[in-house]
Amino acid sequence: MLAYIARRLLMVVPVLVGISVVVFLMVHLIPGDPVQVMLGERATDEEIARLRQELGLNDPIYVQYARFLGRVAHGDLGRSLRSNSRVVDEIAARFPVTIELAVASILIATVFGLLAGCVAAVHQHSLFDYFTMVLALVGVSMPVFWIGLMLVILFGRHLGWFPIAGVVADGIELARVTNFPLLDSLLSGNVAALRSVLSHLVLPSITLATIPVAIIARMTRSTMLNVLRQDYIRTAKAKGLAHRRVVYKHALKNALVPVVTVVGLQFGSLLGGAVLTETVFARPGIGRLVVTAIFARDYPMVQGVVLVGALTFVFTNLAVDVLYALLNPKIRYA
Amino acid sequence: MMRRVLIAALVLVCLVVFPATSFGAKAGGTLVYGRGADSDALDPHMTTSGESAVVIVNVFEGLVKYKEDSTEVEPCLATSWKTSADGLVWTFTLRKGVKFHDGTPFSAQAVVFDLDRQLNKENPYYLEGKFPYVKFTFGMIDKYEAVDDYTVRITLKSKFAPFLKNLAMFAAAIPSPEAVKKYGADIFKHPVGTGPFKFVEWIPDDTITLVANEGYWGGRPHLDKVVYKVIPDNAVRLMKLEKGELDVTEGINPNDLGRIKANKDLVLLEKPGMNVGYLAMHCQKPPFTDKRVRQALNYAVNKEEICKYLMNDQAVPATGVVPPSLWGYDPAQKGYPYDPKKAKQLLAEAGFPNGFKTTLRAYTAPRAYNPVGDRLATAIQSYFKEVGVDAKIETLEWGTYLAEGRAGKHEMALFGWMGDNGDPDNFLYVLLGSDNFGSGNRAFYKNDEVDELLKEAQQTYDEKERLDLYIKAQRIIVDDAPWVFLNHTKQLAATRKDVKGFALHPTSNRFFYSVWLDR
Repeated sequence: MLAYIARRLLMVVPVLVGISVVVFLMVHLIPGDPVQVMLGERATDEEIARLRQELGLNDPIYVQYARFLGRVAHGDLGRSLRSNSRVVDEIAARFPVTIELAVASILIATVFGLLAGCVAAVHQHSLFDYFTMVLALVGVSMPVFWIGLMLVILFGRHLGWFPIAGVVADGIELARVTNFPLLDSLLSGNVAALRSVLSHLVLPSITLATIPVAIIARMTRSTMLNVLRQDYIRTAKAKGLAHRRVVYKHALKNALVPVVTVVGLQFGSLLGGAVLTETVFARPGIGRLVVTAIFARDYPMVQGVVLVGALTFVFTNLAVDVLYALLNPKIRYA
Repeated sequence: MMRRVLIAALVLVCLVVFPATSFGAKAGGTLVYGRGADSDALDPHMTTSGESAVVIVNVFEGLVKYKEDSTEVEPCLATSWKTSADGLVWTFTLRKGVKFHDGTPFSAQAVVFDLDRQLNKENPYYLEGKFPYVKFTFGMIDKYEAVDDYTVRITLKSKFAPFLKNLAMFAAAIPSPEAVKKYGADIFKHPVGTGPFKFVEWIPDDTITLVANEGYWGGRPHLDKVVYKVIPDNAVRLMKLEKGELDVTEGINPNDLGRIKANKDLVLLEKPGMNVGYLAMHCQKPPFTDKRVRQALNYAVNKEEICKYLMNDQAVPATGVVPPSLWGYDPAQKGYPYDPKKAKQLLAEAGFPNGFKTTLRAYTAPRAYNPVGDRLATAIQSYFKEVGVDAKIETLEWGTYLAEGRAGKHEMALFGWMGDNGDPDNFLYVLLGSDNFGSGNRAFYKNDEVDELLKEAQQTYDEKERLDLYIKAQRIIVDDAPWVFLNHTKQLAATRKDVKGFALHPTSNRFFYSVWLDR
């Protein structure tokens, strides 16, 4: 098992190099003079020359790349051009908010996706099967920001069940220790804050879960259908095992491998794809950060977020691979 | 008689005890201000962002300030000032007994410290390249000194009348020197000023919280607390306003204007902003060297239609350069009404009875002075076509667009300007003075008489004389028509009905000192 993990870790190295090159080149691939773009319509020639010097853009490109790698290795992603704050600090303040949302969404998506997929597979061609699959199709095709707005209008504005936007209600003090709102409210033992944070999490996590829940449900259904037709399932049934046991122990475990892949991939993309949900629900996460940075042409910030996002994606996939090996010994020994 | 004396005494007592309380104003409450984007830095000198300025102007103050509804200037931390006979030396007498929020006293030394921090590269708190506005606000300063604790003397390199307006800008507000020393490069997260509100907390991309400064020299503000809340989506922000979770919101979808007007709990505010959108014609390149051609193109474009329909009533047509919200605007100026017949006639006189071919450069994304991006170019193109002018639209990436605009590679190009200090010099000299070819003057317009008038206005300290000079210059400019004068976009905001005293300032700053809640 360890050898397998080590092998997977080694394979990550070239990916990391690739990411660093792409992130580094981002500034250099902008059409026109990046400095002119950064400084905007009021820049003087003097300011342009000074910023070029400051960013080291006058040095040969390999020198610049080496310097960039050196800085990143020390955890220094530079300072934002827009606000002068440290990129690392900004990311550290926002990323937990996004992670919490993504985790909540993927939990919802996995639970409901697996459940719906299994039931649909077991009762293939039933009304439930058709209904969930149509619903899944709708879920995948619906734009996230639209679903978000509809949920806000229905549950926030008309029914008033959930708050419209934000992370915690105004007037509730939330101690910020880890920057994970849920964790912070738990740690501080503040029940009012915990309730507020949870209720603020409901609509955005449902919104963000719509696409993955649909994908997971469809994936589970098709792999389950495949597995349920296998000989060993028939054997298990023939042995007289309970239907429930056959489905949830024998079939589901084997059907899980492709589903885990999808869950892993979806989780990775949720971390980066929360932009619209964060915008609609006014959650101060990493997606919002990168959008603001892009509009402000704040390149160090964009580079930082892309780097962190890519690393998260890579390591999520690594974790998924390890999970495979646990689920299916065949993969470990391959 | 006795009764009258008693009443008079009571009124006097009231005035002394509640100096800041406008009549009937209720004290207390929290105002939640909704907006689409967060501030970037809360040090007055380290930002150019309007979203930062709306916070800064409530925490900090400068030597002078804008009047509540115009860009005229009145005393603030300086109670009076005088200039030397040659107009170079400005002496400010400072307000006594003012304290920064950290308890340290405001004095002439604080003013000098602040100027030195921005202008002297040897100052330990100078930050290279981090003071984007300093060249504009204080670039004309030669020397500064504290004459005594409450007198500051500033010497300019040359006479410069807009200097006083610069001092009223948010970027000229004065932070506590002790705070600057304490926080160093991170001062932008720890604003400490003398203003009516004190900074409490900033959660990035979420909220900024201010509380009333109980010891404010002008008397405590009515509100206990101001919360700036970032809600990026315009529709969601409006819903929060409707539910009463916000008290004020800015950034409104044009489609929602009717909904706001129909809601009796809400009030819609609108006012032209301090900006201008225009189409620059390169005055050094034929056929735009001919004034009649430039005038013709002004007559050819239906600005009313653009503002009303294309821009959804979010803009007013421009009749000249200076926007109507500004001191220096010429109300007598009627500009160029839509008159395609006259356009054709002028073109014929200039030797183009069948029009001509040209290129029209445009950028794609909407900008503050142009809410519709490149659709504006398409509209102008079709108006031009009606008078026989065939303009091919060239859309460039923004960086290249700016660089080529500075280099003058365009024939016609869309540009715009957001004012800085509310002075006409900041529009006329910057955008049309021949000293600023390329950098601000993208029409490469040169008229010696205009140049002279604008220079003279910079050196005239008498406001009335100055105004005359600007009006005169503008009339020549409008007649010369180096631009197709297009539009000034409006500022829009909606408030709950019980929010009182909230006003849209021409500078787009938002002052909460006189705001109160009728609850």
